[in-house]
Amino acid sequence: MNDKWTLITPELFLKALGETLQMLGVGLALGSILGIVIGAVLALTRQGGVLENRAVSVVLAVLVNLIRSLPFIILLVAILPFTRLLVGTSIGVWAAIVPLTVMVAAYIGRLVENSLLEVPRGVVEAARSMGASPMQIFWRFLLPEARGSLILAITIASVGLLDATAMAGTVGAGGIGDLALSYGYQRYDGFAMVLTVVTLIVLVQGIQLVGTSLARRYRRR
Amino acid sequence: MRSSEGRIVFEGVSKTFARGAAETAALRGVQLDVAPGTIFGVIGYSGAGKSTLIRLVNGIEQPTSGRVLVDGIDVGALKGRRLREAQKRTGMIFQQFNLLETVRVRDNVAMPLRLDGVDKAEARARADEVLDFVGLAAKADSFAGELSGGQKQRVGIARALVRNPKILLSDEATSALDPTTTTQIIDLLRSVNREYGTTILVVTHEMDVIKDLAHEVAVMADGEVVETGSVLDTFLHPRTAITREFVTTVVPQGLPDRVLAHLGGEGLWRLLLVDDEVTQPLISDLITGIGVSVNMLHADMTEIQDHTVGQMIIKVTGPKERVAAARSFLAERVVHIEEVIR
Repeated sequence: MNDKWTLITPELFLKALGETLQMLGVGLALGSILGIVIGAVLALTRQGGVLENRAVSVVLAVLVNLIRSLPFIILLVAILPFTRLLVGTSIGVWAAIVPLTVMVAAYIGRLVENSLLEVPRGVVEAARSMGASPMQIFWRFLLPEARGSLILAITIASVGLLDATAMAGTVGAGGIGDLALSYGYQRYDGFAMVLTVVTLIVLVQGIQLVGTSLARRYRRR
Repeated sequence: MRSSEGRIVFEGVSKTFARGAAETAALRGVQLDVAPGTIFGVIGYSGAGKSTLIRLVNGIEQPTSGRVLVDGIDVGALKGRRLREAQKRTGMIFQQFNLLETVRVRDNVAMPLRLDGVDKAEARARADEVLDFVGLAAKADSFAGELSGGQKQRVGIARALVRNPKILLSDEATSALDPTTTTQIIDLLRSVNREYGTTILVVTHEMDVIKDLAHEVAVMADGEVVETGSVLDTFLHPRTAITREFVTTVVPQGLPDRVLAHLGGEGLWRLLLVDDEVTQPLISDLITGIGVSVNMLHADMTEIQDHTVGQMIIKVTGPKERVAAARSFLAERVVHIEEVIR
């Protein structure tokens, strides 16, 4: 019988927080880059897009839907061989970062596609009337005009990503979510539970706050 | 200043859009010659094909058959880089303005030059020049969202002019604006044409715009050009029913049905008078010279392309031969006379 009122030590908590932030940060950075590329390709190659290409559009759309069909925990274990190939291990933070990135990239890809499609068609038409190249249309017209809604999309994806990190414990990546499960739940540590819940709420609120205020700054109407 | 550049020629241009299995013809055998330095109006109801027509000039759409020649270059045959080079020789303005909301007015105007690789400072300096021309120098640092519709269209015009194009395409540019603002934008477009000799192709569904802005007009219906001519001529002698409908929106041609029922028949005439004809003592000459009674039912006057155009509807009564004499007298003194019929 343990007579301590909690099993959580500051070291344990900080380590878990660090792991969560690492998964969140790296996953978000890589996932955003990949996601913006995917979203851009989806938006530009679709029917009526400035780089209309049915083959590319269909293949990518199917791939994205495939990834998004799987619950994260399934994706995590299903792509383990790929993860091992990429980072040389199937356990730990980096083993979790691979599937997290794949998941969030597909998610952000769809959101980015929608943001880009929200830019009024007239803007693209004006760009074409000026003789802008497809790349110029993307960089100088679509991306700046979609900026506000892109930031909001990435904000939503970040919260989803945080959600998924809770499952990273499955591959021994640790993190706040793992703390909640292995201490709060499996060892009946009420304090661990409360602490992790509060930490997660604070993280989500923080992400949303930053995202909303950035979006407001970049969206001029 | 009239320039020799800026000619647009449509040679038997047709365009069909395929929607699934069905094909719709947006343009059928369009034949037009827009002379350099003119303001050429294209009027038609929505769906008449005018938006498609204007988009062929800058290669946003390609014709299914026929050619669109801009200064001799077959725009429809160009692709990729060469098409983009050709597109840089025209400017276009839109009903919804299509400005970027996230950059300042100055950078909106500078955008075409930035696409050409002109450095930021130089492009901005040129943008300020054009903004000054359109009367918006004070708003260079604003965002589009802070401007009124008329101001947004001025920015659109500045952006379209920043590369000094020989051709300006206007797609319903005043259709989202109130009447006063419309007049201001029309004045601005006229001064663009006057100062730079820019050919302006104007697409609209408003006959008022044609009247105040265009030199020449083409009337479109169902993808075809049904009538073309000088704006004054078209107003005075509309040849097709649809043109007559458009003319009526500017120069009302009817009398109330009750009046018509009461006064109809012989001697009820509509007269059109141009310039000096307007000031002649027509009615008193009829009464004292021909000896008929005249009842003036309607009279108005309007400006069309720097010409004064007057309209009168009169009822002439008297002995049959006097009424006939009055008609031949009028036929010599006014540009157009017709029976008013129900």
